[in-house]
This record gives sequence, structure tokens and C-alpha cells, in this order.
Amino acid sequence: MTLTEDKILELLKEVKDPEIPVISLVDLGVITGIEIEKNHVTVNMTPTFIGCPAMDYMKQDVVDVLNKNGIENHTVNLNLKTTWSSDLISDEGKRALKKFGLAPPPVHNNVIEDLDIIEHAECPNCDSTNTSLKSPFGPTLCRSLHHCNSCGEAFESFKPI
Amino acid sequence: MTEEALKDLLYKIADDLLILGHRNSEWTGVGPLLEEDIAFSSMAQDKVGQSLAFYKLLHELGEQEPDTVAFTRNADQFHNSQFVELPIGEYDFSLIRHFLFDHADYIRFSTLADCPIEEVAQVARKLKGEIKYHVMHANTWIKQLATANEEAHDRLQNSLNEALPYALGIFEPSKFEQEIIDAGVYPGEKAIEEQWKENIAIVLEEASLKLPDWDTVKPVYGGRYGKHTEHLQPLVEEMSEVFRVDPTADW
Repeated sequence: MTLTEDKILELLKEVKDPEIPVISLVDLGVITGIEIEKNHVTVNMTPTFIGCPAMDYMKQDVVDVLNKNGIENHTVNLNLKTTWSSDLISDEGKRALKKFGLAPPPVHNNVIEDLDIIEHAECPNCDSTNTSLKSPFGPTLCRSLHHCNSCGEAFESFKPI
Repeated sequence: MTEEALKDLLYKIADDLLILGHRNSEWTGVGPLLEEDIAFSSMAQDKVGQSLAFYKLLHELGEQEPDTVAFTRNADQFHNSQFVELPIGEYDFSLIRHFLFDHADYIRFSTLADCPIEEVAQVARKLKGEIKYHVMHANTWIKQLATANEEAHDRLQNSLNEALPYALGIFEPSKFEQEIIDAGVYPGEKAIEEQWKENIAIVLEEASLKLPDWDTVKPVYGGRYGKHTEHLQPLVEEMSEVFRVDPTADW
């Protein structure tokens, strides 16, 4: 088998975020680079939040998927060379988040001045923006808590960062 | 810049984050309302994770493993400011401390993000984005509570008055101050302190909370040189209790 970057990315689509099992690490933007030199594969990953307890699991999952597919000559690095941003989440990833019931983060191009950016997150249940921010901190480091004034549901949003 | 100077800088940042992270975690389960309970717990988790990033940098510079550094030192070996080791007190005090501390750290990481030591700059750039949420959380609550009713306002004002001398201790100059400034790593504690005073004044004014004349506030120094209040040693013992049961345990 000739290894290509695209092939490795396709394989890694199998690895999901352990806390949000509908989105792959590739679509989450956590896989920041793949290098292939002869038969050695290097996968670079960057943490969403530096205190995220799921990062070690994610790294192990990447190692497992590579091994399972017969790619044993590899190095998986977790580093900060690329700073993770929610803008790195793919369109497919955003659709998956919404389907899961999590409002996807708005694109911010690194301009987050105040909480206004998440004040009226779009409700994943009814698409209304008549919503209020309850807290910028949710059940995991990457989520915030909201309430929809239209359908009355509480929901969570993936934070722009 | 010598490695000793760099280590001193990294230790004080890491120790502040670890100790305040531990303190904030004391609100877990007893926060004044569910969202705040979760917020303080999340910020605590962020801070402990952030401290780990700096202990890892220190380990790369030849210091011991992060767990060993975090859990086996005595209070007098910690470089945190005394401010972060004070008990959580009432919620108003914890909120004021969170506000004052996070504004300072936000400026610190903004300046370090451009630092010529790439490994340090990478961590600083990452933390800047996370701490922004801590600052926004603090600003929101300070403004809402201080303008809510007289009791809330007075409590915050009293806590602010009590906290300020300790908060100035965050900016206690290190013995390597000039060396670090000359190396272009960051502009020094004095410069961060000046910017901090400007930033907090804007929010406090909106919250109708009064800042005293700075000349009348005497900074509480000592923490950066291992001099601590009686509150730190019990905290360190509690924090390391599980680790000390079996330091070789594999989790």
C-alpha cells in the first residue's frame, strides 16, 4: 500500500472526540499535520484546551487506528506548534455538532472581544437566535450553556476560541 | 538570559496557576448557583492544566517530572504570590480575586505570546485564548453583582479593598527582572502592573466600585521568594495527599 496524506486522513476520520462522539478529530481540527517520509508516518495533534483530560485518550486512539491498519512505523506528537482555534472545525464537523444538539461555534477570525459573540447562539433545536447565554462554562471546557427563548429548550454551544 | 532566570519566570507562573486552580476547585459542589459551581470548576480545571504546560517546559529545562514538582515540594519552595493561596472566603472575595488575577494573567500571556523563546510563546498564545473567557466571566459578574443591590455592592467593595494589597504582590519583581526585560522576553512586572491598573479601572468604574489612591496601598510581597502565609502549607498537604499515599502509582 502506498501511503498518502489523504489516505491517512481518511483512516483517522474513524477517531472521534471521546466527549462528543459524532465528530472526528480530523473535522475537529485537532489533527494539524501529517508527514510521510519513506514508510514512516508522523501525525501532529494540537489540544483544544490545554487542560482537556481527553487529549491523552485522543492520542492513544490515533495510535490504535494506525496500528490496526498495519501502519506500525509511526510517531504521534501532541504539541502546540499550531494553536487550535474553533475556526479549524470543518463544515462537516459543524453539521455533526448541530445534529448532536450542540450549537457550532461562530467563525471569529481571532476577534473575540467580549461575550456578545456567544450571547445569541443559534439554537440547534429550532434555529432561533432569540437565545440567552446562561454561562460561558459548561460540562466540558469547550462548551457554554444557553437557553432558547423560542422553543424553551436549554442547549449547549461549542465555544469559539 | 540565563536558564536560571527563565526557570524563575516559569515557576512563578506555574505555581500561581496550580495554587489558584486548587483554590477555585474548592467551590466544586458548593457554588452559589449551579452555573457558577460549574464555571469555577471549569476555570480550576483550566488553570491546573495550564500549570502543567509550564511544569512540562520546566521539565524540558532539566527540572523534575511535573507531578514530582507539583506534589512533593513544601510551601517555602513555591513561587506563587500570596494572593492565590488565601482561603476562598465568601463568594465575593473569590470573585474579586478571580477578576484581579485573571486580568493580570491575560496581560502576562499577551506579552509572552510574542516572546523570542518559541516554546514559551506557543504556550502563551494557547493560554491567552482560554484566559479570555475567564476575564469575560469575571467582568460580567463583577458588573452584574456590584450594580444589583447595596449589600452585593458593599461586599464586593470590601473584598476589593482587602484583596488589593495582595493583588499587587502578583507583580513582585524577581531578582532577574532586568535580565528578562533585556532579553525581550516580556516587559517586566512594573509594565504589566501599569497596564493591569488601567484595565481593571475601566471595569470597576462601570461597576461603580472605587479604587483607592494606589499610593496608599502597600503591596504584600514575599511569595515569589518562598515567603508565604500560614494558609499555603495545609493547602499543599491536602493537594498532595493522594499522591503521597503511593508516589509510584500508575494512574
